[in-house]
Amino acid sequence: MGMKEMMEKLREASIRAILESEDVDSLEALRVKYLGKKGELTGILRQMGRLSAEERPVMGQFANKLREDIEKAIDARREVLAAALMENKLRAEAVDVTLPATDTRLGHKHPMYNVLDQIKDIFIGMGFEILDGNEVELADYNFTKLNIEDSHPSREWTDTFYFTEDSKILLRTQTSPMQVHAMETKSLPIRMIAPGRVYRKDEVDATHSPMFHQIEGMVIDKGVTMADLKATLNLVVEKIYGEGTVTRFRPHHFPFTEPSAELDIRCHKCGGKGCPTCKGEGWIEVLGCGMVHPKVLAGCGIDPDVYSGWAFGMGLERLAMGEYKISDLRLIFENDERFLEQF
Amino acid sequence: MKCSRKWLNEFVDLPISEVGDRAFAEAMSVSGSKVESTDDLSLTMKNVKVGRVVSIERHPDSDHMWVCQVDIGDRTVQICTGAQNVRQGDLVPTALDGSLLPGGIEIKAKPLRGVESDGMLCSFKELGATQHDFPYAIENGILILQGDYKPGDDMAVKMGLDDHVVDFEITPNRPDCLCMIGLAREAAVTFGKELKLHEPVVEAKAEGNIADTAKIIIEDADLCPRYTARMVKNVKIAPSPEWMKERIRNAGMRPINNIVDITNYVMMEYGQPMHAFDFACVGDGEIHVRRAREGEFIRTLDGTERNLTTDMLCICDTEKPVAVAGVMGGENSEIVGDTAMVLFESACFNGPSVRRTATALGMRTDASSRFEKGLDAQNTLKAVERACELIELLGAGEVVPGVIDVVPNPIKETTVLLEPDKINALLGTEIDASTMKKILTDLGFTFDGDLIHVPSWRGDVEHYSDIAEEVARFYGYNEIPTKFTGAISTCGGFTPMQQCERRIGEVLRSLGLDEIITYSFISPSYYDKIRMPADSPLRDSLKILNPLGEDTSIMRTTVLPSMLEILTRNYNFRNKAAFLYEIGKIYLKRDDGLADEPKIVSIGMFGPDMDFFKLKGIVETAVSLITGKEMRFAAEQENPSYHPGRCARVYVGDECVGVFGQIHPMVASNYGVDTELYCAELSFDVLFANRRELPVYRPLPKFPTVSRDIAVVCSKDIPVGDLVSCIMKNGGSFLKGCSVFDVYTGHHIADGLKSVAFSLTMRADDRTMTDVDADSTVKSALSALKASYNAVMR
Repeated sequence: MGMKEMMEKLREASIRAILESEDVDSLEALRVKYLGKKGELTGILRQMGRLSAEERPVMGQFANKLREDIEKAIDARREVLAAALMENKLRAEAVDVTLPATDTRLGHKHPMYNVLDQIKDIFIGMGFEILDGNEVELADYNFTKLNIEDSHPSREWTDTFYFTEDSKILLRTQTSPMQVHAMETKSLPIRMIAPGRVYRKDEVDATHSPMFHQIEGMVIDKGVTMADLKATLNLVVEKIYGEGTVTRFRPHHFPFTEPSAELDIRCHKCGGKGCPTCKGEGWIEVLGCGMVHPKVLAGCGIDPDVYSGWAFGMGLERLAMGEYKISDLRLIFENDERFLEQF
Repeated sequence: MKCSRKWLNEFVDLPISEVGDRAFAEAMSVSGSKVESTDDLSLTMKNVKVGRVVSIERHPDSDHMWVCQVDIGDRTVQICTGAQNVRQGDLVPTALDGSLLPGGIEIKAKPLRGVESDGMLCSFKELGATQHDFPYAIENGILILQGDYKPGDDMAVKMGLDDHVVDFEITPNRPDCLCMIGLAREAAVTFGKELKLHEPVVEAKAEGNIADTAKIIIEDADLCPRYTARMVKNVKIAPSPEWMKERIRNAGMRPINNIVDITNYVMMEYGQPMHAFDFACVGDGEIHVRRAREGEFIRTLDGTERNLTTDMLCICDTEKPVAVAGVMGGENSEIVGDTAMVLFESACFNGPSVRRTATALGMRTDASSRFEKGLDAQNTLKAVERACELIELLGAGEVVPGVIDVVPNPIKETTVLLEPDKINALLGTEIDASTMKKILTDLGFTFDGDLIHVPSWRGDVEHYSDIAEEVARFYGYNEIPTKFTGAISTCGGFTPMQQCERRIGEVLRSLGLDEIITYSFISPSYYDKIRMPADSPLRDSLKILNPLGEDTSIMRTTVLPSMLEILTRNYNFRNKAAFLYEIGKIYLKRDDGLADEPKIVSIGMFGPDMDFFKLKGIVETAVSLITGKEMRFAAEQENPSYHPGRCARVYVGDECVGVFGQIHPMVASNYGVDTELYCAELSFDVLFANRRELPVYRPLPKFPTVSRDIAVVCSKDIPVGDLVSCIMKNGGSFLKGCSVFDVYTGHHIADGLKSVAFSLTMRADDRTMTDVDADSTVKSALSALKASYNAVMR
C-alpha cells in the first residue's frame, strides 16, 4: 500500500470515528489517536524518508491537508456535542411557564382621571392652558358675574351648599366661575380649560352625587365666532369619540352664554336609529356651550365690541361612565380595589 | 310639556302623515324645542270596534254568562260576556280577535264554556278610561255608549287615540313654549308654515256687569303685575264634550267637569294658568291680592291644611285666604255641584315668589311650575276671554259683561336694535338683514325701522346676542359654518405645578398604588374617630349650613378620614390588600370666609406583607424621585392618629414634607378594622417647592471603589439614622456612601445596647485608593461615633 492510500484510509476511518464519537472525552482521545505525537498520522509520515524528492512535497502537502481536515472534523463535532450538552442541560432546567409570576405591581390611575388626562392632552395640543381654581367660592363668581339673576332657582338653599347665612359664600356648583377668574386675571387672548370638583345638593344614587366633576373651557380673542366654537368642539369630540363622529348643535339656554347650544353626537350604538343607550332619540347629549354673553365679558372688564369668546362645560363622570361602560356613578367614588385595578 | 300633534294641527298645518315623528322631532330639536320622546297613542288600543247588540241570550252552560250577536258594521260576531248590564240594541265597545287594549292586553277569540267568543265586550276601565271620561257609565259593567257612535266605529279614533303625543324639554327661559300656541309658533317658523291663531269672541249676554258684584284690590303689586277676571252666572256643572276631554287626556291631564276642564284647557292652549272661584264663597265679593298675615292658614283643594307665612302671596276675600296665588285654590271656594257663580281669575304673579311658596308648601302644581318661570303679563286678558268663549260654546253658563283688569304698574315693552353686522360677527355667518327680519317677524317680533319690538311673551330677549340666537336658531345652528377663526396665538401646556402633580401620580402608580377620588366633605365626628385633639386648630372647619347630612357637613382639614374610610371599605369588601393614593385638597378657613385649598398627597395601605418599612420605602422613593434631595426621618410620637412607636416625619432640608406610619390601633378599631393600616400625608406644596431641578450630568467614576464593613455597639436608644449621619459627616472626602446591613441585640451584647453594622463605600476621585486611605476613613468614622454617641467598635 502506498503512502497516499494509507492516508486516504486514515482519513476515512478517522472522520467516521469522529462523527460517531458521543462525548467530548472520546473526541479528545480520537484527536490523540490520529493526530498526537504517537498518533497514526505521525506513524505514516515517518515513512516519508522512503519517498523520492519529487514525491515528498506532494505527500507533505497531502498530509497537511489531511491533518487540517481531521482537526476541522473534530472541531465541528465538538461544537455539535457541546450544543447537545447545553440543550440537555437547558431541558433539565425547564420551568412550568404556567406557574404565577413573581409579584410585580403597578398602580392604576382612576378611570375618571384617565379620561380627564386624555381631554387635557387634546386641549393642550390646541394651545389651551389648564387652570385650577378654588371650590369654596363667592356667590358673586358662581352666579352674579355669570349673569345668573338673584332669584334664579339654582341659588336656592335646596340646590346649593352655603357657608354663610347671607348666601355669599358657597361650594361652587359649576366650574364656570373659572371663566370669570380667567377673564379677570389673565391677559388676552385666553384659551383655557378648567377641570375640577363641583357640588350640588343631590342625594347619592346611580346617576347623582353631591360632588362631581366638570370641565370648563373658554376662548376669548378678537374675532372669535360661533363658527370657531363649532370647529373646535367638533374636533375635540372627534378626538374623544373617534373619527367620523357625527355631531349636531342644538339651541339651549345658559344665562352666561348667548347664543347657547348643546352638542349632541349621533348614538354610536344604534347609529341614530334610536335605542336604550340614546333613550330612543338617536342622539347623545355631550356638552353645553355658547358664545360668552357680552354682559359677562363687560362685567369682567373686557370690551365686547372688541373681543368675543366662546365657552363650554361638560360633565366628566358621565363621559367616563360612557367610555368605560360603568353603569353606576357610586362606583366612581366607592374606590373598591377590584374596580380600580380594571383600568 | 306634552303636545298633541292633532291639536297642534289646528294651529299649523303639519299632519302626521306628512311630517313623521322622526322628522318632526329632529326639526323641532335643532330649532330649540328639544323632543324627548314621542308616543303613538294608536299603538295602545287596536281593533276595538263599536258594536250593536243584535240579540242576547243565556249561555247554555252557565247561569251568569250571556251570548251576544254583535253587529260591528261589516259583519256580526258572537261574543260571550259575564256582565249583566247588556241589553239588546246597546252600543258597546267590542274588542275583536287579535285586538290590543291599554296595558298591553291582547284579546283572542276562544270558546267560553264550549261557546265560541270572537272577542270581548269592554268596560271603560278596560279601555284605559275613567268615570270622568264616561260619566254615564257604570263602573262594574260593560260601557254602554251614548251619543255619536255607530257600529263599526274604531273606538281608538272615537277616544282620540289616533294621535301622537310629543314630549318636549322646554328650557326655563321659554315659558311661552309651555302651551300649544307657543309650540305652534315655533313649529310654524321651523317648518315655514302659517300660524293660524284664533281671536276669542265672547257674547256676554247675561245681565249686569262684573263691576256691580266684584271688586279686585292688588295690595302687593310687587308680586302681582296684573290681575284679570270675568264672571259667569247660572253655571251648569256638567261633563265636557268628547273633543275637549280627548285633548285634556292626551296632554296628560284628567278631565273633571266643564268648568275645571276649561281652566286646564286654556292653560294648555295659552299657557296661562287660571283659577275658578265659587264666587258665593268670596266674602263681600272682594278679592284682595296680598301677602298672608301672621298665623293665617288655608285648606287647599287637595284637602291639606297649610300654614302660610308672611312672604306668601294669597288671593283673599275681605277676611281669609281663598287661594295660594299661582299654586293652588282653597277648599273654601272650590267649584262644586251647586256652584252658580264663577269668577275666573287670569293673573300674572311674580315667578320666584310662586316658586318659593310652592317649595315651602311642598306642592309644585301645573300652575306653579309655569308661574315660577315668569309669565307674559299681556296674556291674561286673551286667556280669560278664551275661557269665557268656551263657557258659551259649551253652554256651561252665562258670561257677565265686563272685565276687571287691574294693572298696578305699566307693563314695560322691550326694544332692541337690529345690528346685522354684530350678529354675523358673533355667529361667523353672512346672513343678510332681510333674512334676519323675516325670521324675527315670523316669530312675532315687530319692526320700527331697525328697532325691534320684542313680543311680550319673549321676556328672555333683551340684547343683540339674544337676537343673534333667534336668527341662528332658524337659520340653523348646523348651517353655521365650521371654521377656525385664525392662527392660534397661545401656547398650551402644563404649568410646573401641574407637571409636578402629574409626576407624583406617575411615581406613586409605578410604586404600585391605585388612585382614588374621595369626597371633600366629611362628618365632624370623623375628627374624633382619628383621635384629633379637642383643641386642635384643624377642628375649625368650614361648615356647610345646609348639608345633605351629617356625613357631608364640613369641609375636611385633613385627608386622613377620607383615606381611612376607603381603606375600611376595601377591608370590609374582603379585599386582601389595598395600596391607594389620592392627591386631594384640604380646606383651611381663611379670614375672608373663603378657604386656602392646599393639596395633600395621601397614601393608604393594608395587606399581608405590609409593615412600617414597606411604607417608608414608598415614601422615601417617591420623595426622592420628586425632590432629588437629601431626606431625613424623625420619629413622631405625638400624632394621636398614628402608632406612637411607628410613625415618622420626613424632612427635605429643614422643611417637613409630612408624616407617615402605622395608624394607631385605636383609630383602626374606631373604623372597625382589626388589621394594621398604614397611611402617609405629604404636603404637595412642600414637594413642589423642593421639586427636582433639571439634573446635571455627573462624570462616571474613573477609579474603583473600596468597601469596608464596621460594627459598633452603642445605646439602644440612639437612632441608627443619626449614626449614619455622623459617619457621613465625619468620614472625610473619600467616603461616598454608608449603608446599614445589620442591627443586633441579644447574645453577647449587654442589656440596653445594640450592635449596628455598616458598610462604607469609599473612592478617590483622582486616583486609585490605597489601604492607608481606607484605614484613615474608617478611623475617623469610628472616632466620631465614639465621641458623639459613645459607640465603640465591636
